[in-house]
Amino acid sequence: MDFISILSIFVLACFVGYYVVWSVTPALHTPLMAVTNAISSVIIVGALIASAEAGSPAAKYLGLFGVVLASINIFGGFAVTERMLAMYKKKEK
Amino acid sequence: MDFSLLAAGVSGEGATPAWAMLAYLAAGVFFILALRGLSSPATSRAGNRNGMIGMAIAVVTTLVTHDIANIAEIGVAIFLGGIIGVTIARRIAMTAMPELVAGFHSLVGLAAVVVGFGAWLDPQSFGIADEATKQIFAVSRIELGLGIAIGAITFSGSVIAFLKLSGRMSGSPILLPARHIINLGTLAAILGLIGLYTVSPQGGAAEGWMIYAIAVLAFAIGFLLIIPIGGADMPVVVSMLNSYSGWAAAAMGFTLGNSAMIITGALVGSSGAILSYIMCRAMNRSFISVIAGGFGADAGAGGGGGAREQRPYKQGSAEDAAYMLEQAEKVIIIPGYGMAVAQAQHALREMADKLKEKGVEVKYAIHPVAGRMPGHMNVLLAEASVPYDEVFELEDINSEFSQCDVAFIIGANDVVNPAAKTDKSSPIYGMPVFDVDKAKQVFFIKRSMGGVGYAGVDNDVFYMNQTVMLLADAKKMVEEIVKSLD
Repeated sequence: MDFISILSIFVLACFVGYYVVWSVTPALHTPLMAVTNAISSVIIVGALIASAEAGSPAAKYLGLFGVVLASINIFGGFAVTERMLAMYKKKEK
Repeated sequence: MDFSLLAAGVSGEGATPAWAMLAYLAAGVFFILALRGLSSPATSRAGNRNGMIGMAIAVVTTLVTHDIANIAEIGVAIFLGGIIGVTIARRIAMTAMPELVAGFHSLVGLAAVVVGFGAWLDPQSFGIADEATKQIFAVSRIELGLGIAIGAITFSGSVIAFLKLSGRMSGSPILLPARHIINLGTLAAILGLIGLYTVSPQGGAAEGWMIYAIAVLAFAIGFLLIIPIGGADMPVVVSMLNSYSGWAAAAMGFTLGNSAMIITGALVGSSGAILSYIMCRAMNRSFISVIAGGFGADAGAGGGGGAREQRPYKQGSAEDAAYMLEQAEKVIIIPGYGMAVAQAQHALREMADKLKEKGVEVKYAIHPVAGRMPGHMNVLLAEASVPYDEVFELEDINSEFSQCDVAFIIGANDVVNPAAKTDKSSPIYGMPVFDVDKAKQVFFIKRSMGGVGYAGVDNDVFYMNQTVMLLADAKKMVEEIVKSLD
Protein backbone atom coordinates (compact mmCIF):
# COMPACT_ATOMS: atom_id res chain seq x y z
CA MET A 1 0.00 0.00 0.00
CA ASP A 2 1.23 3.48 -0.70
CA PHE A 3 1.87 5.94 2.07
CA ILE A 4 -1.20 8.10 1.37
CA SER A 5 -3.62 5.14 1.58
CA ILE A 6 -2.04 4.07 4.85
CA LEU A 7 -2.23 7.60 6.20
CA SER A 8 -5.91 7.82 5.20
CA ILE A 9 -6.71 4.64 7.11
CA PHE A 10 -4.80 5.97 10.09
CA VAL A 11 -6.51 9.36 10.20
CA LEU A 12 -9.99 7.88 9.78
CA ALA A 13 -9.27 5.24 12.42
CA CYS A 14 -8.25 8.00 14.85
CA PHE A 15 -11.68 9.57 14.40
CA VAL A 16 -13.42 6.21 14.80
CA GLY A 17 -11.38 5.65 17.94
CA TYR A 18 -12.31 9.07 19.30
CA TYR A 19 -16.05 8.47 19.00
CA VAL A 20 -16.00 4.84 20.06
CA VAL A 21 -13.93 5.52 23.16
CA TRP A 22 -16.10 8.44 24.32
CA SER A 23 -19.08 6.09 24.20
CA VAL A 24 -17.40 3.65 26.59
CA THR A 25 -19.08 3.82 29.99
CA PRO A 26 -16.70 5.09 32.71
CA ALA A 27 -17.50 2.00 34.79
CA LEU A 28 -15.65 -0.05 32.18
CA HIS A 29 -12.54 2.10 31.87
CA THR A 30 -10.31 -0.50 33.50
CA PRO A 31 -11.49 -3.30 31.17
CA LEU A 32 -11.04 -0.80 28.32
CA MET A 33 -7.37 -0.40 29.21
CA ALA A 34 -6.94 -4.15 29.52
CA VAL A 35 -8.55 -4.88 26.16
CA THR A 36 -6.74 -2.07 24.33
CA ASN A 37 -3.59 -3.51 25.74
CA ALA A 38 -4.50 -6.92 24.33
CA ILE A 39 -5.35 -5.63 20.86
CA SER A 40 -2.30 -3.39 20.62
CA SER A 41 -0.36 -6.64 20.71
CA VAL A 42 -1.43 -7.06 17.10
CA ILE A 43 2.20 -5.96 16.78
CA ILE A 44 2.73 -9.73 16.92
CA VAL A 45 2.20 -9.55 13.14
CA GLY A 46 5.58 -7.85 12.81
CA ALA A 47 7.20 -10.32 15.18
CA LEU A 48 5.78 -13.24 13.19
CA ILE A 49 7.16 -11.86 9.94
CA ALA A 50 10.63 -11.43 11.46
CA SER A 51 10.61 -14.95 12.86
CA ALA A 52 8.99 -16.65 9.88
CA GLU A 53 11.00 -15.15 7.06
CA ALA A 54 14.38 -15.75 8.62
CA GLY A 55 16.19 -13.41 6.27
CA SER A 56 18.68 -13.03 9.08
CA PRO A 57 19.18 -15.32 12.08
CA ALA A 58 19.33 -12.36 14.49
CA ALA A 59 16.00 -11.09 13.15
CA LYS A 60 14.52 -14.56 13.57
CA TYR A 61 15.41 -14.81 17.26
CA LEU A 62 14.38 -11.23 17.91
CA GLY A 63 11.12 -12.06 16.18
CA LEU A 64 10.54 -15.16 18.28
CA PHE A 65 11.22 -13.13 21.42
CA GLY A 66 8.68 -10.58 20.19
CA VAL A 67 6.16 -13.36 19.59
CA VAL A 68 6.54 -14.52 23.20
CA LEU A 69 6.10 -10.97 24.55
CA ALA A 70 3.08 -10.22 22.40
CA SER A 71 1.50 -13.60 23.18
CA ILE A 72 1.75 -12.93 26.91
CA ASN A 73 -0.15 -9.73 26.28
CA ILE A 74 -2.71 -11.17 23.92
CA PHE A 75 -3.65 -14.14 26.07
CA GLY A 76 -3.19 -12.30 29.37
CA GLY A 77 -5.01 -9.17 28.18
CA PHE A 78 -8.06 -10.92 26.78
CA ALA A 79 -8.24 -13.37 29.70
CA VAL A 80 -8.06 -10.68 32.36
CA THR A 81 -10.63 -8.55 30.49
CA GLU A 82 -12.95 -11.55 30.31
CA ARG A 83 -12.45 -12.16 34.03
CA MET A 84 -13.28 -8.56 34.89
CA LEU A 85 -16.29 -8.31 32.60
CA ALA A 86 -17.76 -11.51 34.03
CA MET A 87 -17.97 -9.77 37.41
CA TYR A 88 -20.19 -6.91 36.25
CA LYS A 89 -23.73 -7.90 37.14
CA LYS A 90 -27.07 -6.16 37.21
CA LYS A 91 -29.29 -6.05 40.27
CA GLU A 92 -31.17 -9.33 40.73
CA LYS A 93 -34.85 -8.73 40.86
CA MET B 1 -1.54 -28.61 4.25
CA ASP B 2 -0.21 -26.79 1.25
CA PHE B 3 -0.34 -23.04 1.56
CA SER B 4 1.45 -22.34 -1.69
CA LEU B 5 -1.80 -21.86 -3.57
CA LEU B 6 -3.14 -19.30 -1.12
CA ALA B 7 0.15 -17.49 -1.04
CA ALA B 8 0.40 -17.44 -4.81
CA GLY B 9 1.71 -14.19 -6.08
CA VAL B 10 3.65 -13.48 -2.93
CA SER B 11 7.23 -12.85 -3.81
CA GLY B 12 8.43 -13.53 -0.33
CA GLU B 13 9.62 -9.95 -0.24
CA GLY B 14 6.63 -8.72 1.71
CA ALA B 15 4.11 -8.11 -1.07
CA THR B 16 0.71 -8.88 0.38
CA PRO B 17 -2.06 -10.53 -1.68
CA ALA B 18 -5.41 -8.74 -1.87
CA TRP B 19 -7.30 -11.27 0.23
CA ALA B 20 -4.77 -10.84 3.03
CA MET B 21 -5.24 -7.08 2.97
CA LEU B 22 -8.97 -7.62 3.29
CA ALA B 23 -8.40 -10.04 6.14
CA TYR B 24 -6.29 -7.45 8.00
CA LEU B 25 -9.02 -4.89 7.41
CA ALA B 26 -11.58 -7.32 8.83
CA ALA B 27 -9.35 -7.80 11.89
CA GLY B 28 -9.30 -4.01 12.32
CA VAL B 29 -13.10 -3.88 12.15
CA PHE B 30 -13.35 -6.59 14.80
CA PHE B 31 -11.08 -4.49 17.03
CA ILE B 32 -13.39 -1.49 16.60
CA LEU B 33 -16.33 -3.72 17.56
CA ALA B 34 -14.39 -4.90 20.61
CA LEU B 35 -14.22 -1.34 21.95
CA ARG B 36 -17.75 -0.57 20.84
CA GLY B 37 -19.01 -3.43 23.00
CA LEU B 38 -17.68 -1.68 26.10
CA SER B 39 -20.36 1.01 25.88
CA SER B 40 -22.41 -1.11 28.26
CA PRO B 41 -21.61 -4.01 30.60
CA ALA B 42 -24.36 -6.01 28.88
CA THR B 43 -22.55 -6.04 25.52
CA SER B 44 -19.00 -5.97 26.83
CA ARG B 45 -18.27 -9.67 26.79
CA ALA B 46 -19.39 -10.04 23.19
CA GLY B 47 -17.03 -7.13 22.47
CA ASN B 48 -14.11 -8.92 24.07
CA ARG B 49 -14.84 -12.01 21.93
CA ASN B 50 -14.75 -9.80 18.84
CA GLY B 51 -11.30 -8.67 19.91
CA MET B 52 -10.16 -12.29 20.13
CA ILE B 53 -11.59 -13.07 16.69
CA GLY B 54 -9.81 -10.05 15.21
CA MET B 55 -6.51 -11.15 16.73
CA ALA B 56 -6.93 -14.72 15.46
CA ILE B 57 -7.60 -13.42 11.94
CA ALA B 58 -4.51 -11.20 12.02
CA VAL B 59 -2.21 -13.96 13.30
CA VAL B 60 -3.47 -16.65 10.92
CA THR B 61 -3.30 -14.30 7.93
CA THR B 62 0.29 -13.42 8.73
CA LEU B 63 1.34 -17.04 9.13
CA VAL B 64 -0.35 -18.13 5.93
CA THR B 65 1.14 -15.38 3.79
CA HIS B 66 4.74 -15.91 4.88
CA ASP B 67 7.27 -18.72 4.75
CA ILE B 68 6.36 -20.92 7.61
CA ALA B 69 9.58 -22.87 7.81
CA ASN B 70 9.82 -22.00 11.49
CA ILE B 71 6.24 -22.87 12.32
CA ALA B 72 7.27 -25.22 15.15
CA GLU B 73 9.37 -22.56 16.85
CA ILE B 74 6.64 -19.96 16.38
CA GLY B 75 4.10 -22.37 17.84
CA VAL B 76 6.30 -22.91 20.87
CA ALA B 77 6.73 -19.13 21.29
CA ILE B 78 2.98 -18.50 21.13
CA PHE B 79 2.29 -21.40 23.48
CA LEU B 80 4.88 -20.20 25.97
CA GLY B 81 3.55 -16.63 25.91
CA GLY B 82 -0.02 -17.90 26.13
CA ILE B 83 0.68 -20.01 29.23
CA ILE B 84 2.44 -17.12 30.97
CA GLY B 85 -0.31 -14.66 30.01
CA VAL B 86 -3.23 -16.82 31.07
CA THR B 87 -1.53 -17.77 34.34
CA ILE B 88 -0.97 -14.12 35.23
CA ALA B 89 -4.51 -13.18 34.21
CA ARG B 90 -6.01 -15.92 36.38
CA ARG B 91 -3.91 -15.29 39.45
CA ILE B 92 -3.81 -11.51 39.63
CA ALA B 93 -5.78 -9.86 42.44
CA MET B 94 -8.25 -7.24 41.25
CA THR B 95 -6.61 -4.65 43.51
CA ALA B 96 -3.37 -5.22 41.59
CA MET B 97 -4.95 -4.37 38.22
CA PRO B 98 -3.14 -1.02 37.79
CA GLU B 99 0.31 -2.57 38.04
CA LEU B 100 -0.75 -5.46 35.83
CA VAL B 101 -1.87 -3.07 33.11
CA ALA B 102 1.36 -1.08 33.46
CA GLY B 103 3.33 -4.32 33.22
CA PHE B 104 1.46 -5.38 30.09
CA HIS B 105 2.09 -1.98 28.52
CA SER B 106 5.81 -2.46 29.03
CA LEU B 107 5.61 -5.72 27.06
CA VAL B 108 3.89 -4.01 24.12
CA GLY B 109 6.61 -1.36 24.17
CA LEU B 110 9.39 -3.91 24.24
CA ALA B 111 7.71 -5.96 21.50
CA ALA B 112 7.61 -2.81 19.33
CA VAL B 113 11.34 -2.26 19.87
CA VAL B 114 12.06 -5.90 19.06
CA VAL B 115 9.96 -5.78 15.89
CA GLY B 116 11.64 -2.53 14.90
CA PHE B 117 15.08 -4.11 15.20
CA GLY B 118 13.84 -7.19 13.37
CA ALA B 119 12.66 -5.03 10.47
CA TRP B 120 15.94 -3.14 10.44
CA LEU B 121 17.98 -6.36 10.35
CA ASP B 122 15.82 -8.03 7.72
CA PRO B 123 14.22 -5.21 5.70
CA GLN B 124 13.61 -7.43 2.65
CA SER B 125 11.18 -9.65 4.51
CA PHE B 126 9.27 -6.62 5.73
CA GLY B 127 9.09 -5.21 2.23
CA ILE B 128 10.64 -1.92 3.28
CA ALA B 129 13.83 -2.07 1.23
CA ASP B 130 14.59 -1.26 -2.35
CA GLU B 131 14.93 -4.52 -4.33
CA ALA B 132 18.02 -3.40 -6.19
CA THR B 133 20.01 -1.33 -3.73
CA LYS B 134 18.84 -3.21 -0.58
CA GLN B 135 18.45 0.13 1.14
CA ILE B 136 15.60 0.88 3.48
CA PHE B 137 13.20 3.49 2.04
CA ALA B 138 13.46 6.93 3.60
CA VAL B 139 9.84 7.00 4.76
CA SER B 140 10.27 3.54 6.31
CA ARG B 141 13.31 4.79 8.17
CA ILE B 142 11.25 7.54 9.80
CA GLU B 143 8.55 5.03 10.74
CA LEU B 144 11.12 2.58 12.03
CA GLY B 145 12.90 5.23 14.10
CA LEU B 146 9.64 6.54 15.55
CA GLY B 147 8.36 3.03 16.24
CA ILE B 148 11.51 2.05 18.10
CA ALA B 149 11.58 5.34 20.02
CA ILE B 150 7.93 5.24 21.09
CA GLY B 151 8.20 1.54 21.93
CA ALA B 152 11.27 2.13 24.08
CA ILE B 153 9.64 5.06 25.92
CA THR B 154 6.56 2.92 26.53
CA PHE B 155 8.73 0.11 27.83
CA SER B 156 10.89 1.98 30.32
CA GLY B 157 8.07 4.34 31.37
CA SER B 158 5.76 1.41 32.05
CA VAL B 159 8.42 -0.42 34.01
CA ILE B 160 8.76 2.59 36.32
CA ALA B 161 4.96 2.94 36.57
CA PHE B 162 4.77 -0.78 37.39
CA LEU B 163 7.42 -0.46 40.11
CA LYS B 164 5.69 2.58 41.63
CA LEU B 165 2.19 1.08 41.48
CA SER B 166 3.25 -2.24 42.97
CA GLY B 167 5.07 -0.48 45.80
CA ARG B 168 8.48 -1.83 44.76
CA MET B 169 9.56 1.78 44.32
CA SER B 170 8.50 4.78 46.38
CA GLY B 171 5.38 6.44 44.99
CA SER B 172 6.67 9.88 45.85
CA PRO B 173 8.12 11.94 43.03
CA ILE B 174 11.87 11.80 42.50
CA LEU B 175 13.00 15.18 41.24
CA LEU B 176 16.28 15.58 39.40
CA PRO B 177 17.74 19.06 39.09
CA ALA B 178 17.32 20.59 35.63
CA ARG B 179 15.14 17.66 34.64
CA HIS B 180 13.12 19.65 32.12
CA ILE B 181 16.26 20.65 30.26
CA ILE B 182 17.57 17.07 30.33
CA ASN B 183 14.24 15.73 29.06
CA LEU B 184 13.84 18.25 26.28
CA GLY B 185 17.45 17.78 25.26
CA THR B 186 17.06 14.01 25.10
CA LEU B 187 13.87 14.33 23.11
CA ALA B 188 15.55 16.70 20.66
CA ALA B 189 18.48 14.29 20.33
CA ILE B 190 16.12 11.41 19.51
CA LEU B 191 14.32 13.41 16.83
CA GLY B 192 17.65 14.64 15.47
CA LEU B 193 18.98 11.09 15.21
CA ILE B 194 15.83 9.90 13.44
CA GLY B 195 16.29 12.74 10.95
CA LEU B 196 19.96 11.95 10.49
CA TYR B 197 19.20 8.26 10.00
CA THR B 198 16.58 9.11 7.39
CA VAL B 199 18.87 11.22 5.24
CA SER B 200 22.04 9.18 5.69
CA PRO B 201 23.09 7.66 2.35
CA GLN B 202 23.82 4.02 3.08
CA GLY B 203 21.23 1.74 4.59
CA GLY B 204 21.69 -1.17 6.94
CA ALA B 205 24.53 -1.85 9.30
CA ALA B 206 26.53 1.32 8.74
CA GLU B 207 23.86 3.33 10.51
CA GLY B 208 23.57 0.78 13.27
CA TRP B 209 24.86 3.16 15.91
CA MET B 210 22.05 5.61 15.16
CA ILE B 211 19.33 3.01 15.66
CA TYR B 212 20.99 1.82 18.86
CA ALA B 213 21.39 5.39 20.08
CA ILE B 214 17.73 6.15 19.36
CA ALA B 215 16.69 3.09 21.39
CA VAL B 216 19.02 3.87 24.30
CA LEU B 217 18.00 7.53 24.51
CA ALA B 218 14.32 6.60 24.28
CA PHE B 219 14.71 4.06 27.08
CA ALA B 220 16.36 6.79 29.14
CA ILE B 221 13.66 9.38 28.51
CA GLY B 222 10.86 6.96 29.38
CA PHE B 223 12.57 6.45 32.71
CA LEU B 224 13.23 10.16 33.26
CA LEU B 225 9.66 11.12 32.35
CA ILE B 226 7.98 8.87 34.89
CA ILE B 227 10.22 9.05 37.97
CA PRO B 228 9.19 12.62 38.89
CA ILE B 229 5.48 11.78 38.76
CA GLY B 230 3.81 11.03 42.09
CA GLY B 231 1.33 8.33 43.10
CA ALA B 232 -1.78 10.50 42.80
CA ASP B 233 -1.01 11.19 39.15
CA MET B 234 -0.63 7.53 38.28
CA PRO B 235 -4.08 7.28 36.63
CA VAL B 236 -2.89 9.83 34.08
CA VAL B 237 0.44 8.08 33.60
CA VAL B 238 -1.12 4.67 33.08
CA SER B 239 -3.55 6.15 30.53
CA MET B 240 -0.74 8.02 28.80
CA LEU B 241 1.39 4.88 28.50
CA ASN B 242 -1.68 3.07 27.17
CA SER B 243 -1.81 5.72 24.47
CA TYR B 244 1.91 5.37 23.69
CA SER B 245 1.63 1.62 23.31
CA GLY B 246 -1.02 2.31 20.67
CA TRP B 247 1.11 4.83 18.78
CA ALA B 248 4.01 2.35 18.85
CA ALA B 249 1.79 -0.28 17.22
CA ALA B 250 0.59 2.29 14.67
CA ALA B 251 4.16 3.26 13.76
CA MET B 252 4.99 -0.40 13.13
CA GLY B 253 1.77 -0.68 11.14
CA PHE B 254 3.02 2.12 8.88
CA THR B 255 6.29 0.26 8.40
CA LEU B 256 4.49 -2.90 7.39
CA GLY B 257 1.63 -1.20 5.55
CA ASN B 258 -0.67 -3.31 7.68
CA SER B 259 -4.18 -1.94 8.16
CA ALA B 260 -4.98 -4.10 11.21
CA MET B 261 -2.00 -2.64 13.06
CA ILE B 262 -2.75 0.92 11.97
CA ILE B 263 -6.43 0.75 12.95
CA THR B 264 -5.54 -0.83 16.29
CA GLY B 265 -2.80 1.68 16.94
CA ALA B 266 -5.15 4.57 16.22
CA LEU B 267 -7.87 3.09 18.44
CA VAL B 268 -5.55 2.41 21.35
CA GLY B 269 -3.75 5.70 20.92
CA SER B 270 -7.01 7.67 21.02
CA SER B 271 -8.32 5.59 23.87
CA GLY B 272 -5.33 6.32 26.08
CA ALA B 273 -5.32 9.98 25.11
CA ILE B 274 -9.02 10.37 25.95
CA LEU B 275 -8.57 8.59 29.28
CA SER B 276 -5.63 10.87 30.11
CA TYR B 277 -7.80 13.87 29.26
CA ILE B 278 -10.68 12.61 31.43
CA MET B 279 -8.29 12.06 34.35
CA CYS B 280 -6.68 15.49 33.98
CA ARG B 281 -10.08 17.16 33.80
CA ALA B 282 -11.18 15.31 36.94
CA MET B 283 -8.19 16.77 38.78
CA ASN B 284 -8.44 20.19 37.13
CA ARG B 285 -4.83 19.89 36.06
CA SER B 286 -3.28 20.36 32.69
CA PHE B 287 -1.64 17.45 30.97
CA ILE B 288 1.61 19.42 30.80
CA SER B 289 1.68 19.97 34.56
CA VAL B 290 1.16 16.25 35.17
CA ILE B 291 3.99 15.35 32.80
CA ALA B 292 6.22 18.01 34.35
CA GLY B 293 5.78 16.04 37.55
CA GLY B 294 6.43 16.81 41.17
CA PHE B 295 2.81 16.89 42.33
CA GLY B 296 2.51 15.83 45.95
CA ALA B 297 6.20 16.40 46.64
CA ASP B 298 5.57 19.63 48.51
CA ALA B 299 3.15 18.07 51.00
CA GLY B 300 2.23 20.59 53.66
CA ALA B 301 3.35 23.59 51.69
CA GLY B 302 0.00 23.92 49.97
CA GLY B 303 -2.90 26.06 51.08
CA GLY B 304 -3.98 25.45 54.66
CA GLY B 305 -1.46 22.67 55.00
CA GLY B 306 1.45 24.78 56.17
CA ALA B 307 0.29 25.37 59.71
CA ARG B 308 -1.98 22.49 60.58
CA GLU B 309 -3.43 23.40 63.93
CA GLN B 310 -5.18 20.82 66.06
CA ARG B 311 -8.85 21.31 65.37
CA PRO B 312 -11.62 19.55 67.25
CA TYR B 313 -13.31 16.63 65.57
CA LYS B 314 -15.77 13.95 66.62
CA GLN B 315 -14.74 10.35 66.78
CA GLY B 316 -17.30 7.56 66.69
CA SER B 317 -17.45 3.81 67.02
CA ALA B 318 -18.78 1.10 64.73
CA GLU B 319 -21.92 0.89 66.89
CA ASP B 320 -22.63 4.62 66.41
CA ALA B 321 -22.22 4.26 62.68
CA ALA B 322 -24.41 1.14 62.51
CA TYR B 323 -27.14 2.89 64.49
CA MET B 324 -27.16 5.96 62.25
CA LEU B 325 -26.92 3.92 59.06
CA GLU B 326 -29.95 1.76 59.81
CA GLN B 327 -32.00 4.84 60.71
CA ALA B 328 -31.19 6.42 57.37
CA GLU B 329 -33.39 6.40 54.31
CA LYS B 330 -30.63 6.97 51.84
CA VAL B 331 -26.91 6.27 52.11
CA ILE B 332 -24.25 7.20 49.56
CA ILE B 333 -20.95 5.35 49.81
CA ILE B 334 -17.80 7.02 48.46
CA PRO B 335 -14.95 4.55 48.03
CA GLY B 336 -11.34 5.56 47.38
CA TYR B 337 -7.91 4.06 47.05
CA GLY B 338 -7.86 3.34 50.80
CA MET B 339 -10.66 0.83 50.28
CA ALA B 340 -8.55 -0.96 47.69
CA VAL B 341 -5.52 -1.04 49.97
CA ALA B 342 -7.58 -2.43 52.86
CA GLN B 343 -9.41 -4.87 50.53
CA ALA B 344 -12.62 -3.70 52.18
CA GLN B 345 -14.90 -4.04 49.15
CA HIS B 346 -16.42 -7.39 50.17
CA ALA B 347 -17.17 -6.26 53.72
CA LEU B 348 -18.61 -3.06 52.28
CA ARG B 349 -21.01 -4.97 50.03
CA GLU B 350 -22.11 -7.07 53.03
CA MET B 351 -22.82 -3.87 54.93
CA ALA B 352 -24.84 -2.53 52.01
CA ASP B 353 -26.80 -5.79 51.79
CA LYS B 354 -27.70 -5.61 55.49
CA LEU B 355 -28.83 -2.01 55.06
CA LYS B 356 -30.91 -2.84 52.01
CA GLU B 357 -32.64 -5.60 53.99
CA LYS B 358 -33.62 -2.92 56.46
CA GLY B 359 -35.10 -0.81 53.68
CA VAL B 360 -32.25 1.68 53.31
CA GLU B 361 -31.49 2.92 49.81
CA VAL B 362 -27.76 2.47 49.12
CA LYS B 363 -25.81 4.01 46.25
CA TYR B 364 -22.13 4.16 45.43
CA ALA B 365 -20.48 7.33 44.15
CA ILE B 366 -17.25 7.09 42.19
CA HIS B 367 -14.91 9.91 41.33
CA PRO B 368 -13.07 9.57 38.00
CA VAL B 369 -9.67 9.65 39.72
CA ALA B 370 -10.55 7.37 42.65
CA GLY B 371 -7.96 4.64 42.81
CA ARG B 372 -4.87 4.25 40.72
CA MET B 373 -6.33 3.86 37.24
CA PRO B 374 -9.51 4.83 35.41
CA GLY B 375 -12.44 2.69 36.54
CA HIS B 376 -10.40 0.99 39.28
CA MET B 377 -13.14 1.32 41.94
CA ASN B 378 -15.83 0.01 39.59
CA VAL B 379 -13.88 -3.19 39.04
CA LEU B 380 -13.36 -3.71 42.76
CA LEU B 381 -17.04 -3.18 43.51
CA ALA B 382 -17.97 -5.53 40.66
CA GLU B 383 -15.59 -8.08 42.15
CA ALA B 384 -17.50 -7.82 45.43
CA SER B 385 -20.75 -8.46 43.46
CA VAL B 386 -22.06 -4.93 43.78
CA PRO B 387 -24.59 -4.55 40.94
CA TYR B 388 -23.32 -1.98 38.46
CA ASP B 389 -26.61 -0.12 38.39
CA GLU B 390 -26.06 0.91 42.02
CA VAL B 391 -22.76 2.59 41.10
CA PHE B 392 -22.83 6.19 39.86
CA GLU B 393 -20.39 8.66 38.39
CA LEU B 394 -19.62 12.02 39.96
CA GLU B 395 -21.84 14.22 37.79
CA ASP B 396 -24.77 11.82 37.97
CA ILE B 397 -24.97 11.64 41.74
CA ASN B 398 -23.50 14.87 43.09
CA SER B 399 -26.89 16.61 43.25
CA GLU B 400 -28.25 13.83 45.49
CA PHE B 401 -26.12 14.57 48.54
CA SER B 402 -28.55 17.22 49.76
CA GLN B 403 -31.26 14.55 49.97
CA CYS B 404 -29.12 11.84 51.48
CA ASP B 405 -29.02 11.04 55.18
CA VAL B 406 -25.55 9.56 55.35
CA ALA B 407 -22.46 10.04 53.20
CA PHE B 408 -20.15 7.15 53.97
CA ILE B 409 -16.56 7.88 52.94
CA ILE B 410 -14.21 4.95 52.87
CA GLY B 411 -10.60 5.42 51.86
CA ALA B 412 -11.25 8.58 49.84
CA ASN B 413 -10.02 12.02 50.83
CA ASP B 414 -9.12 14.62 48.23
CA VAL B 415 -12.24 13.85 46.17
CA VAL B 416 -14.47 15.11 49.02
CA ASN B 417 -12.33 18.09 50.03
CA PRO B 418 -14.39 21.30 49.87
CA ALA B 419 -11.16 23.32 49.57
CA ALA B 420 -11.31 22.39 45.89
CA LYS B 421 -14.40 24.63 45.67
CA THR B 422 -13.46 27.45 48.03
CA ASP B 423 -9.73 27.79 48.65
CA LYS B 424 -7.97 29.32 45.69
CA SER B 425 -4.54 28.70 47.18
CA SER B 426 -5.19 24.99 47.52
CA PRO B 427 -3.28 22.71 45.13
CA ILE B 428 -6.52 20.90 44.36
CA TYR B 429 -8.55 24.09 43.72
CA GLY B 430 -10.95 23.67 40.81
CA MET B 431 -11.04 19.89 40.95
CA PRO B 432 -14.65 18.65 40.86
CA VAL B 433 -15.48 17.08 44.25
CA PHE B 434 -18.41 15.37 45.94
CA ASP B 435 -20.64 17.77 47.89
CA VAL B 436 -20.59 15.66 51.05
CA ASP B 437 -20.96 18.80 53.16
CA LYS B 438 -24.61 18.84 52.03
CA ALA B 439 -25.34 15.44 53.52
CA LYS B 440 -27.08 15.37 56.90
CA GLN B 441 -24.48 13.06 58.38
CA VAL B 442 -20.99 12.11 57.25
CA PHE B 443 -19.01 9.06 58.33
CA PHE B 444 -15.37 9.19 57.39
CA ILE B 445 -13.31 6.01 57.69
CA LYS B 446 -9.65 6.88 57.98
CA ARG B 447 -6.73 5.07 59.50
CA SER B 448 -5.67 8.01 61.68
CA MET B 449 -5.97 11.78 61.84
CA GLY B 450 -2.31 12.11 60.95
CA GLY B 451 -2.29 11.36 57.26
CA VAL B 452 -3.59 13.70 54.62
CA GLY B 453 -4.58 12.90 51.04
CA TYR B 454 -2.10 12.56 48.20
CA ALA B 455 -2.41 16.24 47.51
CA GLY B 456 -1.06 16.86 51.01
CA VAL B 457 -3.82 19.21 52.12
CA ASP B 458 -6.01 19.25 55.21
CA ASN B 459 -9.70 18.48 54.73
CA ASP B 460 -12.44 20.60 56.33
CA VAL B 461 -14.83 17.67 56.13
CA PHE B 462 -13.04 16.10 59.14
CA TYR B 463 -14.11 18.99 61.37
CA MET B 464 -17.69 19.57 60.25
CA ASN B 465 -20.47 19.35 62.80
CA GLN B 466 -22.18 16.48 61.05
CA THR B 467 -18.96 14.49 60.53
CA VAL B 468 -18.04 11.50 62.66
CA MET B 469 -14.54 10.12 62.13
CA LEU B 470 -14.19 6.35 62.26
CA LEU B 471 -10.48 5.92 62.86
CA ALA B 472 -9.48 2.36 62.03
CA ASP B 473 -8.47 0.04 59.22
CA ALA B 474 -11.26 0.28 56.65
CA LYS B 475 -11.92 -3.44 56.42
CA LYS B 476 -12.00 -3.99 60.21
CA MET B 477 -14.25 -1.00 60.74
CA VAL B 478 -16.76 -2.10 58.10
CA GLU B 479 -16.75 -5.67 59.45
CA GLU B 480 -17.54 -4.30 62.93
CA ILE B 481 -20.37 -2.20 61.51
CA VAL B 482 -21.74 -5.32 59.82
CA LYS B 483 -21.68 -7.16 63.18
CA SER B 484 -23.45 -4.27 64.89
CA LEU B 485 -26.14 -4.29 62.21
CA ASP B 486 -27.22 -7.83 63.11
